[in-house]
Amino acid sequence: MATLRTILVKDLRIELRTLQSLPAMALFAVTTFVIFRFGLDRTELEGSLAAGVLLVTVLFAALLAINRLFVAERDEGGFDAIRLAPVDSAQLFLAKVGALFIYLAVLEVIALPVFAMFFGTEAEALPATLGLLALVNLGLAATGALVSTIGANSRARDLLTPLVLLPLVVPLMISAAGAAEPLLAAGGPDLSGAGKWMASLALYDLVFLLVGYAVYEFLLED
Amino acid sequence: MPPPVVEVLSLRRDFGDESVLREVSLRLDQGQTLVVLGPNGAGKSTLLRMLATLLRPTAGELRVLGAELPRRAYEARGRIGFLGHAPLLYRDLTLIEALRFHAELHRVAAAEERIRDLTEAVGLGRRRDQLVRTLSAGQLQRAAVCRCVLHGPELLLLDEPGSHLDPAGQATIRPLIGPGDGTTRVIVTHDVEGGLAEADRVLALDAQGSVAYEGPVAGFTPADARVLYAGAPR
Repeated sequence: MATLRTILVKDLRIELRTLQSLPAMALFAVTTFVIFRFGLDRTELEGSLAAGVLLVTVLFAALLAINRLFVAERDEGGFDAIRLAPVDSAQLFLAKVGALFIYLAVLEVIALPVFAMFFGTEAEALPATLGLLALVNLGLAATGALVSTIGANSRARDLLTPLVLLPLVVPLMISAAGAAEPLLAAGGPDLSGAGKWMASLALYDLVFLLVGYAVYEFLLED
Repeated sequence: MPPPVVEVLSLRRDFGDESVLREVSLRLDQGQTLVVLGPNGAGKSTLLRMLATLLRPTAGELRVLGAELPRRAYEARGRIGFLGHAPLLYRDLTLIEALRFHAELHRVAAAEERIRDLTEAVGLGRRRDQLVRTLSAGQLQRAAVCRCVLHGPELLLLDEPGSHLDPAGQATIRPLIGPGDGTTRVIVTHDVEGGLAEADRVLALDAQGSVAYEGPVAGFTPADARVLYAGAPR
């Protein structure tokens, strides 16, 4: 845990100092909402359409951070530094999952009120939607950290990361959309309809966290 | 007789279809210094990265600090100080933050005191709060030396340790990575005379990555080195 904390604190410190990911993610999300607002020509969205707009925006905003997740490790020798130390390399994976989760949570704290304002979402739907997004974040962070590690040492990483990541997150997006639809339904959230989808999301998160933890040492090998 | 610190037998490393190191064998005992010489592309840095557990051999046997690599790399990690071409310091951290990061990874006891002593020893005491990205190449090399020895390694793997350093800079790092304290060292260098002066053993690699000489320093002269470099393709 000490190694995980050390790497996570380092990542957050560098992000706070350079602001390379979060402002871009927030700007992307807000701009996308503006485009949907005028593209769909709707002042109110609910149900599956609202779920789609929200989740697709979060997914593509996440891609911006996932592409940059290992830039410092690749360009400044972080991979070597961590492999030279007497630590479990999987701690790097967990720290990156933690960092990406935090970036996404901060993004959503900014983006969700903007979404609600643009598309007339009921205020009472927001807490449950934030809870759902926490599960989505965990899945995106676990899958993103894995794929980003694979892409980090490839010259075609900017292309490779989305091409590998997007098919992998299809089950995550299906479950998230299934859960979000009743939460963003017209007339207020229906929590009972979201339960099984939330369980499915939690299972996806668990599987990718365990897979990442198990294979990470091999991914770092040359 | 204590086991060797480094033991290499018929080591080979390929990148794709190309072999960059062929049939390298060597042995290095506790406290000895091995100097690795050879023209560019001879596989010197590749050898160093394999000894550092960062690269897997394609074939052959490799044992470092008693650990068979790559299978038991975790036994050697944390006991090796590696100074490569990159300083392995995050550019957007201050020097003290970057060194603290490494100290935490290596669980260095009394880290703050150790960092203070090392940075002062290499003349970077007043640069501790400066971002790594703002350091000059020479300062960065001295900072990398601090990072390399921070955890008190038993084996030092040094790739051109004097690069970017003026004579005064080289003098500041010498007490930390020089022959003084009996640490076992593998040094890759193009400074033939300087390297041979510090060496107990020499490994000379030709341009194809094969061993041209491996043995005691007494059996290798600067004239041999000139022949070695003259044989390199231009």
